Amino acid sequence: MTWRMQRLLAITRGWRDGIIGFAVLFTVWEISAHVFKIPKYILPPPTAIWADLMKRYPRMIDAAFATTSEIVLGFLIAIVVSIPLAIFVSYSRPIERMIFPILIALQIIPKIAIAPLFIVWFGFGMMPKLLLVFLLSFFPILVSSITGLKSVPTDILDLARSTGSSELMVFRKIRLPHSLPAIFTGLKVAATLATTAAIVAEFVASDKGLGYMLLEFNGNLETGMVFATVIGLSLIGIILYAMVEFVERNVVSRHVSQRDAPEKQQLLGS
Amino acid sequence: MTALRKEADVAAVSGTSAIHVDGVAQVFRRGDAETRAIERIDLSIAAGEFVSVVGPSGCGKSTLMRIISGLLSPSQGRVLINGQAVKGPYTDLGIVFQQPVLLDWRSILGNVLLQVELRSQNPSEYAERGKALLEAVGLGDFHDRYPYELSGGMQQRAAICRALIHDPPLLLMDEPFGALDALTREQMRVDLEELWLSTRKTVVFITHSIDEAVLLSDRVVVMSPRPGRIERVIDIDLPRPRGLEARRSLRFTAIVEEITGIFLSRGLLRRGRSALAGTIPRR
Repeated sequence: MTWRMQRLLAITRGWRDGIIGFAVLFTVWEISAHVFKIPKYILPPPTAIWADLMKRYPRMIDAAFATTSEIVLGFLIAIVVSIPLAIFVSYSRPIERMIFPILIALQIIPKIAIAPLFIVWFGFGMMPKLLLVFLLSFFPILVSSITGLKSVPTDILDLARSTGSSELMVFRKIRLPHSLPAIFTGLKVAATLATTAAIVAEFVASDKGLGYMLLEFNGNLETGMVFATVIGLSLIGIILYAMVEFVERNVVSRHVSQRDAPEKQQLLGS
Repeated sequence: MTALRKEADVAAVSGTSAIHVDGVAQVFRRGDAETRAIERIDLSIAAGEFVSVVGPSGCGKSTLMRIISGLLSPSQGRVLINGQAVKGPYTDLGIVFQQPVLLDWRSILGNVLLQVELRSQNPSEYAERGKALLEAVGLGDFHDRYPYELSGGMQQRAAICRALIHDPPLLLMDEPFGALDALTREQMRVDLEELWLSTRKTVVFITHSIDEAVLLSDRVVVMSPRPGRIERVIDIDLPRPRGLEARRSLRFTAIVEEITGIFLSRGLLRRGRSALAGTIPRR
């Protein structure tokens, strides 16, 4: 059996078990909702949520589009800013010493708490949402990129120096590929935070988006739709995460396969 | 396993390098604390000579190697290679470290060719030579594999190929067999001798193994513990090729004894109280 087929098998096996897990969860939920006669505004059964969603999803599509664009744009800005900054910091110790305290202070400030301030500064449009998504996803990308870029073994850098190679070449051939797994770890953490940030920003002030709808449904005690919206938001988060992972698989396949090696052995052993 | 001797067919025998270490000393500063790593070392290595440096851990062997390679500039003194003072990293050499440090996203051949890529040369021109070198160290079938698929010994062989691909006149090896098991180590040692006999590159070989140093070298430089100084330089007049047999010669035993004696007298080794104690004559 080829390596790829084994991998595929491993993934589908993971899915199969996951699907079984969810099926059990939903069944228990459905049954308890009926057996214990839980009011629908407190906890609607999954079938009721599904029925609500099917009835009213067109309105949600627009909202989902608004939210998704905030998430994706904010996330992209975070990537564009933090990776070059990480490269900059990894090359200069004085800059690192200067910038790091600021970054840590920024990270410690509960950014969600200053979200209302963004409204004062930037109004109700796209800007405050982008800013919050950016701020929340920026830090994990930066930190893991710096960690990756600075963890290149000294021996290999010494080897590179002994060839008289230019720093640009060393960066391209050694530093960057070496740090890609760490960078992607940061990207995946950031991807999950980006979704949270967009929803919070919409909670604070918005007239559209899934976060805004969530508040509206909640206010009307339309709990079924609240759940449906949460599912929609989760889907956006999962898709973003999956996209990052897809890129990772294609860009750093060798690292991944190396990391998967013990897992593969386990699979073969079982 | 095919021996490294095939390297001779691969490599056009090239020039070698003479090294002069001239009053080199190294002090490391950390805050106010000063560590004298090595203290005034004078050493001349002839072109084509195989010289080992042995000494206890922390005696500055690796520091000396880094200074010779120009990766570290000494606090005092200077290094001349072929009459030229080394300023900044010296590029006309190959380096092998204790760890293979292969790039795990590159194939074995890709790792070997990294050396020429970093030297801005066209790797495809070296691919054949790279494969031949890998073949010579018994990795012929592994050139398209990835480092994690190879054992430690195989990875280190690939690292040696990486140090030889551009046919450098000088080879610096910093405990290259230190991380290998005893059997692999012995084989690598024999192979390295064959390689050296066929190419006669200048080799500076750092090791903590007295046996290894004696079996491989023309001269062994014995270093004292920190701050590292040259305790003694011993000519090894064992006939070549030494292979596996040289171990059995009385001359080998005598030289190993001599070096052991130096370490004993410095308190770096202590005689056990077993029945065997005393069978080794004290010096």
